[in-house]
Amino acid sequence: MKRSWNPGLWAGFVLVLLGVLTYPFFFARFAITRDFPWANLLMIALAVVLVTRGVLGAYRRPDQYRGKVSATILAVLAVLVSGLFCYGIFSVTRRLPASHGAPRIGDMAPDFTLPDSKGTPVTLSVVIRSPFAPSGVSAASGSGQTAATVLIFYRGYW
Amino acid sequence: MRSFEKHLPEFDARRIRVIAISVDSPYQSEHLRETQGYRFPILSDSNDVVIRRWDLVDPHAGEGGADIARPAEFLIDSSGRLRWVNLTGDLRVRARPQQVLAAFDSAVR
Repeated sequence: MKRSWNPGLWAGFVLVLLGVLTYPFFFARFAITRDFPWANLLMIALAVVLVTRGVLGAYRRPDQYRGKVSATILAVLAVLVSGLFCYGIFSVTRRLPASHGAPRIGDMAPDFTLPDSKGTPVTLSVVIRSPFAPSGVSAASGSGQTAATVLIFYRGYW
Repeated sequence: MRSFEKHLPEFDARRIRVIAISVDSPYQSEHLRETQGYRFPILSDSNDVVIRRWDLVDPHAGEGGADIARPAEFLIDSSGRLRWVNLTGDLRVRARPQQVLAAFDSAVR
């Protein structure tokens, strides 16, 4: 009897790769699939089921499916890739400093002057007390003082 | 950052300024603003002076082991007082603009 290749196994393996790669390239763009990567974890879980069934098939029915060795290699790779993904998602991105000295609610914001992207110096204490200038296109010119200021510190793109 | 740009009209409507800060040079920040279409200002703290004073340094996390800022968001009222702070425990989970708007609506206005 001619032995067929093992479609479930390969589908599972491809699904593991998709489950990992679609995170940085797609799902991380949306807060709902980024903050907890449930879409990717679902894909990986389904892939693990497929790969497991593929491996079992290769070992239990060698007359029907060929490739015990390739099944084993693919399964090991699949486990490694999904393990690395979980390590990255649940460990690496959580290594942040404690920042105990960061200003707290109720503190006065420590003042500073820094250049903006055009090189013009911007002083925080001046900005927060200045008349409001909308940063949006031409939203009806805000009359009155700036009500509040959001500072977003980010990692930058170096 | 992209989501803040998208919700900028809601910040404008409340007269809230949005300002971003990173270690990038002004030139890099201007490039980012042009390519991403960010309309809010981006300040450049190339020497980590402010990032250090605010204790927001993520040591050796940048290219070539450079010190950069950890992600953090602060809401400052018109008197200069901090009314809301977000220090994320996970790089992937940043403040959403809706959180900041809600904080403003309940804590500042």
